[in-house]
Amino acid sequence: MARYGMVIDTKRCVGCADCVVACQTENNVPEGFCRDWIVEALDGEYPDLRMEIRSERCNHCENAPCVRCCPTGASQITDGGIVLVEEAECTGCKACIASCPYDARFVHPEGYVDKCTFCYHRVKEGQDPACVAVCPTKCMHFGDLEDPHSEVSKLLRSRPNHALIPEAGTKPKIFYLT
Amino acid sequence: MAKQFSRREFIKIGGLGLGGAAVGTGIAHSVLGGLGTSPALANPVLSGAIDGVVSTTPTVCEICFWKCAGWVHAVDGQPWKITGNEADTHCNGRLCPRGTGGLGAYLDEDRLRTPLIRTSAHGKQAFREASWDEALTHIAEKLQKIADEHGPECVALFTHGSGGSFFKHVLRAYGSNNISAPSYAQCRGPREEAYTLTFGEGVFSPERTDIRNTRCLVLIGSHLGENMHNTQVQEFADMVGDGGSVITVDPRYSVAASKSKYWLPIRPATDMALMLAWINVIVEEQLYDKDYVESYTYGLDALKHSVRDYTPEWAYPITTIKPQLIRETAREMAHHKPATLIHPGRHVTWYGDDTQRVRAGAILNALLGSWGRRGGFFYPNKASIPKYKYPKYPTPTRTWKDAYPKQFPLANLALANGICDATIPSPERDCSFKGWLVYGTNLLMTLPQPKKTIEAIQNLDLLVAIDLMPAEITGWADVVLPECSYLERYDDLRVSPGRVPAVALRAPAFEPKFNSKPGWWIARELGIKMGLEKYFPWQNIEEYLESRLGGTGISLDELKKKGVINLEERDPIYFEDGVQPEFDTPTGKIELYSTQLEEYGFDPVPKYTAHDRPPEGFMRLLYGRAPMHTFGRTTNNPLLTGLMPENEVWINRWVARLLGIDHEQYVVLVNQDGVRSNKIKAKVTERIRHDCVYMVHGFGHSDKRMRKAFLRGADDAQLVTRVKIDPIMGGTGMRVNFVAVEAA
Amino acid sequence: MQEYTITSGRNMAHIDPTLSIWGWEVPVYLYLGGLVAGVLFFSALYFIRGKADEMPTVVRVTPLLAPILLGLGLFTLFLDLEYKLHVFRFYTNIRLESPMSWGSWTLAAIFPLSLLWAAIHVGKVFPKWRWPFGWMDRMVAIAETYARPIAWSLIVYSVILGIYTGILLSAFNARPIWNTAILGPLFLASGLSTGLALNMLFSKEKNELHLLGKIDVMTIAVEVFLIIHMFMGFLASAEIHIQAAGLFLGGPFTASFWVFVVALGLLVPLLLELLELRGRIAATKIPALLVLAGGFFLRYIIVEAGQVSTWGL
Ligand SMILES: Nc1nc2c(c(=O)[nH]1)N[C@H]1C(S)=C(S)[C@@H](COP(=O)(O)OP(=O)(O)OC[C@H]3O[C@@H](n4cnc5c(=O)[nH]c(N)nc54)[C@H](O)[C@@H]3O)O[C@H]1N2
Ligand SMILES: Nc1nc2c(c(=O)[nH]1)N[C@H]1C(S)=C(S)[C@@H](COP(=O)(O)OP(=O)(O)OC[C@H]3O[C@@H](n4cnc5c(=O)[nH]c(N)nc54)[C@H](O)[C@@H]3O)O[C@H]1N2
Ligand code: SF4
Ligand code: SF4
Ligand code: SF4
Ligand code: SF4
Ligand code: SF4
Ligand SMILES: [Mo]
Repeated sequence: MARYGMVIDTKRCVGCADCVVACQTENNVPEGFCRDWIVEALDGEYPDLRMEIRSERCNHCENAPCVRCCPTGASQITDGGIVLVEEAECTGCKACIASCPYDARFVHPEGYVDKCTFCYHRVKEGQDPACVAVCPTKCMHFGDLEDPHSEVSKLLRSRPNHALIPEAGTKPKIFYLT
Repeated sequence: MAKQFSRREFIKIGGLGLGGAAVGTGIAHSVLGGLGTSPALANPVLSGAIDGVVSTTPTVCEICFWKCAGWVHAVDGQPWKITGNEADTHCNGRLCPRGTGGLGAYLDEDRLRTPLIRTSAHGKQAFREASWDEALTHIAEKLQKIADEHGPECVALFTHGSGGSFFKHVLRAYGSNNISAPSYAQCRGPREEAYTLTFGEGVFSPERTDIRNTRCLVLIGSHLGENMHNTQVQEFADMVGDGGSVITVDPRYSVAASKSKYWLPIRPATDMALMLAWINVIVEEQLYDKDYVESYTYGLDALKHSVRDYTPEWAYPITTIKPQLIRETAREMAHHKPATLIHPGRHVTWYGDDTQRVRAGAILNALLGSWGRRGGFFYPNKASIPKYKYPKYPTPTRTWKDAYPKQFPLANLALANGICDATIPSPERDCSFKGWLVYGTNLLMTLPQPKKTIEAIQNLDLLVAIDLMPAEITGWADVVLPECSYLERYDDLRVSPGRVPAVALRAPAFEPKFNSKPGWWIARELGIKMGLEKYFPWQNIEEYLESRLGGTGISLDELKKKGVINLEERDPIYFEDGVQPEFDTPTGKIELYSTQLEEYGFDPVPKYTAHDRPPEGFMRLLYGRAPMHTFGRTTNNPLLTGLMPENEVWINRWVARLLGIDHEQYVVLVNQDGVRSNKIKAKVTERIRHDCVYMVHGFGHSDKRMRKAFLRGADDAQLVTRVKIDPIMGGTGMRVNFVAVEAA
Repeated sequence: MQEYTITSGRNMAHIDPTLSIWGWEVPVYLYLGGLVAGVLFFSALYFIRGKADEMPTVVRVTPLLAPILLGLGLFTLFLDLEYKLHVFRFYTNIRLESPMSWGSWTLAAIFPLSLLWAAIHVGKVFPKWRWPFGWMDRMVAIAETYARPIAWSLIVYSVILGIYTGILLSAFNARPIWNTAILGPLFLASGLSTGLALNMLFSKEKNELHLLGKIDVMTIAVEVFLIIHMFMGFLASAEIHIQAAGLFLGGPFTASFWVFVVALGLLVPLLLELLELRGRIAATKIPALLVLAGGFFLRYIIVEAGQVSTWGL
């Protein structure tokens, strides 16, 4: 069984937000909401500065608190470890939103909770997620973390990297190359 | 002054042509606190396959001028998304955020809907809706009158964008050659002239920079990554990813600076000193490419002599860059030669000595031997698609240059600001412009000194604005013509230079919304009304395109299926061993010493001249781009506004503390002439020097009808009340304004 | 110096700049849940101990309010749901890992029990009470014979309910200020205390009032103890917990928490009750009202603060 994850090269990312718009049109994310977003983390004092630019989204955590706290099972882990929300089962109680340390979820205007799906509908067809496919700097990589020969596994072995808030213990599956 | 202005009032286009439905959405929007619902996108079912029939139409993106080819996807005819065309070398299958968000140009509910004509009733000016027939007849009559009374040369066209080509054709057929674009004197004019003076050829667009093979990239201001010209950014990422060395010279810690080995936070307006010092080091330490310089260039000795005193120590107090760092970076550049690229910049109209500054960079490139070499500048291939054969145009008896005797000898294109000035009657000029056609450029935000633009407009007999949006310029027009968006029309073929010659097609993916029309149709109908039928032998655009393609072996149908066709015949893009290249300069060589500049009495080798520094209490106003917006044209785009709804003014943390300004607090910028900006949020940051502030251009729209952009952020153009004109080619240096920051 | 900027995407309703997904509805629900837990717990307890006649308010009167208050609480929870039509989904699943699921099933159990309990007592409180249908009489009669087992299950469920109102929050590891095991006992104690206070509002019996006062003093003392421990726990913990505690120690919630919850909601009523018990001052309803208000503020402020508290960058 695949274990899908993303590896994002922060050296290449320019913070253009193409990944954000691409997600918006691909998945018809309503105006005013987003499933992914861009962070600029600056460190240092003028003129000695360092900056990491990151495209962030749901980390499809292996130890997903959003799935555990969902009272209805609407939040679930599907094939390949992709965390999805089944809109027909969601009550909009927002427990999952409160449980996510990354603030990756939001309430869709239609009432159910929405978030990044890793473009499940594309992945099923063997395509990369929309954000990965659009990125002009090709800094995003999607694939099976379980498979040692996958591009993502190779990148993780060859480059220093970090995940976000590992201390929260959610076992995130998006890694940032530094 | 005030009186003059009242001749033509600015009219908010509001209300007109807005059906009940649109007003309804407006109310829904305000009730929902601006959140509203999403634009009518098709809704692919998430967990499964897309529900419905997916169709794709080839397009060429019109959100900026890089012209990437892409595919418009629709589900059951409803817009879904736009993706890049894999075959296209402008995008390699990946659009930039603006191109990906291009659907918003089509979806925008605030678009112009129907032709409008300015009327005057009860002393009050207003627009009334008109039919196309009426509006075009009206324009044709007015143009006839101007031709009769003043000659057709008194009409000028301002154009920026694809459809403009059809209006250029109309104007030439009418008898005027006064065609200008803000992309010259407000943008890359100095660069093209500087490179032409040096190498005999310009840099062109898309730039002929071989960044993907560059090992050392020197960015002087060029803020790649924020400046989102697509393949340029892609190649930049590739070279950074491959461990290439980047040297960024910028008073601001730009995105590019964050990817650089060296960031030189230069005092603004002193780049010339840094570049001269680099030349000094490279010449003194003999770091240049000796064979190349010897066989290809002219004037090394004169150059050496001229830069003798421009040592890094001399440059230090001017630029604030330490001599050691200047030497180190010069050696870094030399180390990687000839795969070192001193980026020529694009928007280079900064300080009035821009042609000379850019030339200093060109000289560096020549010294390092990067022109015509891998990793430097390549020789682009041009696709040989013949132009459509029209009857000969009448020969104009005057051009805009007659208004500027002996000035700007090296300007190869018309100056948008020059035409603007020459519209204001003055005793020195025997003629002034009487009519403007404005296609796809929002002159009020685009030209510096907007007050002057308005003054010029007051002196016109006719101003026609052909636009997509109720942009500021349309409020000053006599006739407003709504063009449909690029997703609803055919345009002329995209034939642009590059490593691979190609032809690309834009075909309509949707029917034009409202009562808007494609540019080609408007131009043709207008031409016919003006009695210029013989210049429009084609009946419709397909016929025109077929005819242009005739003889190439490519059919319109094939192009519709492929979107882009890369052509086979190609010339080498780098100099080849044993082939002596020719340079189109008077000496036939790369001119380190410019014989043409000498001839016209300018410095043949760049010299340093100091620029004013901000007075006490003021900081220099700098501006630039945000990756998800193109100037003011996307700030109302429903898909892109969300990514960056308003601009911020970057203020150094230390300065902000002194001024008592908090991060995210709204402030007002007041320039040296007392002009006040709209309120704008402060971004208090370590990422900028203390002597300047920075903002993204294109925000602070003043037309209410652009509901998402109206008074969101501030407009830098408003604060550009002063310019420094480049004496060589007439470009308008715009970073010569100073602002104070006040709490809003 | 660190600058952290979300440059695009985000600025979403109720997520940015800080979470505001839960407004007044959830705190009211938690509050009423805790209050009802307190009411039912003491009612069942003294019923089992055979004190129904000595403590009529506790055993018989306030339980009549329990189903109403619980119903109100459930209604506010319903109001909070974004997808109200799907409310039934709570009951098509049992998710053992989800406190929210536990809560909904607990409520499913305790709500009918509270109705039965009220039905058993209503006749005693209002002697003129008549059930409209005969089958109701019969049912109540059967229930009365099972009064003790019902009381026992009420004790169990009310403790679960009381703790649940705290566990619901403390299970959210993502919100450091909620993420403390003390929240369960603290909310339980607070629930018991507000339950007592409600009784004190209605009780007219001197002895009953005296006893209630005595127990309340103890529960308040426990609450104060738990709060102190909660902060000690935070401060002895990881950086983010220290930061989270900072919300109450100098941060934006400092004044509201220490004034409305600790001073007015706990210490002042504690002092007043002690003085009343010692007969130093005349007994009033003031401490009870203060405890009731303080209990609400406790939940409201904790729910708000939790939404502000994050793991940071
Ligand atoms: N996303 C997006 N991309 C675009 C466009 C767009 O609208 N949106 N427009 C396109 C067009 S037409 C153009 S012309 C280009 C323009 O893009 P560039 O040619 O890259 O623009 P620059 O003029 O270099 O201006 C921006 C940078 O110059 C720095 N700067 C300001 N003053 C000085 C100075 O005195 N010295 C130095 N060294 N640096 C300085 C600013 O801090 C900023 O980082 O962008 C193109 N790309
Ligand atoms: N202050 C200041 N001034 C500047 C700059 C700056 O950074 N600061 N940048 C300079 C540079 S580099 C440049 S290149 C110029 C750019 O200047 P412009 O090209 O004038 O810039 P835009 O704001 O994109 O204006 C485009 C206009 O075209 C309209 N439009 C968009 N799509 C279509 C279409 O399909 N058809 C038609 N008919 N109209 C359309 C838009 O609604 C808008 O009104 O500005 C220059 N001026
Ligand atoms: S599209 Fe790519 S480069 Fe742009 S912000 Fe997203 S990840 Fe970064
Ligand atoms: S990032 Fe948040 S929403 Fe996504 S799986 Fe992890 S906890 Fe759940
Ligand atoms: S909001 Fe929906 S998905 Fe989230 S926890 Fe509640 S029921 Fe589950
Ligand atoms: S994987 Fe798909 S759903 Fe997730 S952020 Fe990327 S485009 Fe959006
Ligand atoms: S660079 Fe972006 S906006 Fe410009 S043409 Fe290409 S996709 Fe369109
Ligand atoms: Mo430009």
